[in-house]
Amino acid sequence: MNAGSTVLHGRPLVGGAAAGELLVASAPLSFWGGYDYATGEITDRRHPLSGQIAAGRILALPYTIGSSTTTAVLLEAVRAGTAPAAILTASADAFLALAAIVADVLYAKPLPVVAIGAEAFAALRDGQWAELTPGGDVFLTPGDSGRN
Amino acid sequence: MLQLTDRDRGLLDGTYGPGAQMAMSIMVRMAEVYGAETLLDISAAHIDSALYMGQATLDFAERLAGLGARVVVPATTNVSGVDEAGWRAWPVPPEWAEMAQRQMAAYLALGCSPTFTCAPYQSAPRPHFGQQIAWGESNAIAFANSVLGARTERYPDLLDICAAITGRVPLVGLHLTENRAASLVLRLDGVPLALQAADEFYPVLGYVTGRLAGERVPAIDGLAVVPTEDQLKALCAAAASSGAVALCHVVGVTPEASTLDAACQGRVPPELHVLDMAVLRRAAAALTTADTGALDLVALGCPHFSLAEFRQLAPLLAGRKRSPRTRFLVTTGRSVAEWAEQEGLLAPLRAFGGELTLDTCILTTPMLPSDVRCLMTNSAKYAYYAPGMLNTTVTYGSLSDCVRSAVAGAVVRDGSLWEGE
Repeated sequence: MNAGSTVLHGRPLVGGAAAGELLVASAPLSFWGGYDYATGEITDRRHPLSGQIAAGRILALPYTIGSSTTTAVLLEAVRAGTAPAAILTASADAFLALAAIVADVLYAKPLPVVAIGAEAFAALRDGQWAELTPGGDVFLTPGDSGRN
Repeated sequence: MLQLTDRDRGLLDGTYGPGAQMAMSIMVRMAEVYGAETLLDISAAHIDSALYMGQATLDFAERLAGLGARVVVPATTNVSGVDEAGWRAWPVPPEWAEMAQRQMAAYLALGCSPTFTCAPYQSAPRPHFGQQIAWGESNAIAFANSVLGARTERYPDLLDICAAITGRVPLVGLHLTENRAASLVLRLDGVPLALQAADEFYPVLGYVTGRLAGERVPAIDGLAVVPTEDQLKALCAAAASSGAVALCHVVGVTPEASTLDAACQGRVPPELHVLDMAVLRRAAAALTTADTGALDLVALGCPHFSLAEFRQLAPLLAGRKRSPRTRFLVTTGRSVAEWAEQEGLLAPLRAFGGELTLDTCILTTPMLPSDVRCLMTNSAKYAYYAPGMLNTTVTYGSLSDCVRSAVAGAVVRDGSLWEGE
């Protein structure tokens, strides 16, 4: 890891390796009505990330709200290749974890979901580069340096 | 460490068949996510998973059905992805209709009953107070816990059917008495009685409740009227949309909240919010993204319209006709529609120029023409989701405002109840 990187020790709800740019949500989200599985866009027009594309990025989301269908939408996004590369949450979110577990059962497609706690979550910054290990460690590097 | 019974292990090792094995393997992995130490028997389920939401949800259903899984408890179905009889009246893509119907068939093959409604408490046998159940559908979960006093966690799609197939859920969360205590109090202050008695108050109260409560259990204190069941339905649906509210106590009204102290189980809740008219007016305003101009569609029935709501609507429609430029749609389940027909309540809707969509809704089937840009509703849940899901503007108003606006072909609102204090 680069100098200046920080390491978080999260709880892997569904373990797996992933790397990508962080997209940090300051507010919770319902994927149903809030995430377009055709494009990976966050479509809740009341959400701070409205219009952002989460596909392929590491989405940091405090927790999910709203519909029970959030799990189905995320599962379909995994199947269609429009899901985030991984999801970091503040609290252990069952809706997101279930989508990842079923994606594993049905398609053997991994979607790591790691709970890192509210305090660590509050320190995350948009655009940081994140690398996840299957054990739930998250290595964070500022800005673009992680890709060089 | 999760403790399993002999039957649990039998489910997991395939003794009860490969379908039950798949469901149990998912349940056990989820029990670990929840941090459960043991599983609990449930005696009823409501299955949100029957809703078609892309290829993956159909793959999941057909995999379970193909493996011979069957539910072991009575299981009702939530809204479907298509109105089987009525979809051709709208621009629903035929391939969507076909997939959604296949998914409905898969859930019936799993042994679920064809209720196809998001308000199963209106048309199917209700769980009793204290009954341990596994319900999906956010509004139904909140209603079952809050209004009926049954006990369900906030189950996501796909897990609800695994619960119905195994009869087991992780023993966590709202299944346990201690987690049902309110941890924040929302106190109404200076809200005029006339507003408290009005239907249009409860979606707004629910919206602000969800925003403030997030994932926690709120208690609403200071209500001076006894709300109707449809008002509580609207409150629950809104709180479960703007927040993750699965249980909302209403002091003096809901069964675990005879007093504020009972709702808090004798503890002192750490947080109190005062809901005065300024807060409520802001919340009401947030439900509306456009409040003037031409109107393309009035949508009622989210959650699904009840028989009582049909009885309320019929006299408002009598002798009137909607404007040719404003469609007027009611969404409900097949059972309630049948009862409404028997009572003669659908004839006035047809005479008005209104339409009925069964078993699904504007959020769960792609039925709206792309020229529907401006939508009006009396539902906070429709209002909450419509801008993102349907790309429309939305106006929130009372049932009678909705009817008057449909007649006028443009938004007409009477905000007088919100002007006090």
